[in-house]
Amino acid sequence: MIRVILPPHLRTLAKVDGEVKLELEGQATQRSVLDALEARYPMLRGTIRDHVTLQRRPFLRFFACEEDLTHEPPDAPLPEAVASGKEPFVVLGAIAGG
Amino acid sequence: MSKVRVLVGTRKGAFILTSDGKREKWDVSGPLFAGWELYHVNGSPADPNRLYASQTSDWFGQVIQRSDDGGKTWHQPGTPPGEPTTGPGGMPKGESNKFVYDTSPATGKPLTTHQFYDGKQHPWEFKRVWHLEPSLTDPDTVYAGVEDAALFRSTDGGKNWHELAGLRGHGTGPKWQPGAGGMCLHTIIFDPKDPGRIYIAISAAGAFRTDDGGKTWKPINRGLRSQYIPDPNAEIGHCVHHIAMHKSRPGVLFMQKHWDVMRSDNAGDSWQEVSGNLPTDFGFVIDVHAHEPDTIYVVPIKSDGEHYVHEGKLRVYRSRTGGNEWEALTKGLPQSNCYVNVLRDAMAVDSLDKCGVYFGTTGGQVYVSADAGDSWAPIVRDLPAVLSVEVQTLP
Repeated sequence: MIRVILPPHLRTLAKVDGEVKLELEGQATQRSVLDALEARYPMLRGTIRDHVTLQRRPFLRFFACEEDLTHEPPDAPLPEAVASGKEPFVVLGAIAGG
Repeated sequence: MSKVRVLVGTRKGAFILTSDGKREKWDVSGPLFAGWELYHVNGSPADPNRLYASQTSDWFGQVIQRSDDGGKTWHQPGTPPGEPTTGPGGMPKGESNKFVYDTSPATGKPLTTHQFYDGKQHPWEFKRVWHLEPSLTDPDTVYAGVEDAALFRSTDGGKNWHELAGLRGHGTGPKWQPGAGGMCLHTIIFDPKDPGRIYIAISAAGAFRTDDGGKTWKPINRGLRSQYIPDPNAEIGHCVHHIAMHKSRPGVLFMQKHWDVMRSDNAGDSWQEVSGNLPTDFGFVIDVHAHEPDTIYVVPIKSDGEHYVHEGKLRVYRSRTGGNEWEALTKGLPQSNCYVNVLRDAMAVDSLDKCGVYFGTTGGQVYVSADAGDSWAPIVRDLPAVLSVEVQTLP
């Protein structure tokens, strides 16, 4: 089980409160977590990654275990603590725009 | 008794303002989609309960919202939560915020780049929907004008969007370039007497017309003159801010250009200036009285470098002669220390017997005139900056 924390605006879109819990088959990576998230909440497609390129939107970042994983390869394994559900995978809106 | 419903898009959400036909007492609901930029909210002429909204964010991209009950409830018209995102055979189901430019060979041309600020070619990149224009006859058909400039259409209530690629592909696309606000397609006007004819406008490319329902397009900018481009009389490159038309006379168009108020009497084939005695002819909005095709409204803005009203006075200017002769409308509007702007989609008229005129400002005020502009009153004073105003006249 993977725990995901979304920024407030995306929680509103997905109509969820608090953390999202996802069951994942296979290895936990940025790509597999986001694939599972978008499959369960299709209204989030295009809001975190571009529809076509699947690249992260510029003002969003990914954190876990107090580390910035934003620039890790999308298929790199996430920390074991995330894969086991001990720690959440955090999608964070960048502080930008003044 | 008739009612009006005013749909207001702002920098931080949408608001719905409702009143009876007197337009004196108002109910204000909102913010809807709080915290997001609502570039446009618009209702279907064929079914006034069907509303569409463009919800957008630099962080989270584009979302399309739809209401089937006049704005009481909203939903994203794509795949419902919990349902698979692919249908039989693995085909993707609706994704209402998926705007993908058409580069297929079937359109005949690879539509790849446009001119950028640095003069070089730059790939088309989708940023947001500026304007949503529902079909005159079918609530499920709606057009979207987007940045970077292109025209999309949905025929299933906003679930899926497909580009009308003939617009970008007609030939001048690589010469289009963004204005200060981005390269946006912001105006979509249907000819009520000719289903094949659509007008659109792009900053900063100009105005275009199709006569075959969107397959082929031609620039309609003859007579426009823009001092800020290398060839002031060029076929394209003009920063058209907005166009308005009266439904009874679809061949007559009125345009607020970056500078200059213009008029065409031949469906855009040629234009002549009708700025006349305006104190400044820079501005964004322009609209036409619901029952008088020669009565038009603009809000002059000081200059392209100072985007606020002239002399600190908020004045709507009205011409009853289709341009050239203008009168200032000031009753009820601030006449000192006012420095707001009125953006291109932020004016609308209702169709009650005594035509109502509405506009919203970057200072968050929405004003109404229930007497065709003779006097004005604020409906609300302290909304976020207003991006768009539309009004529905309801039975």
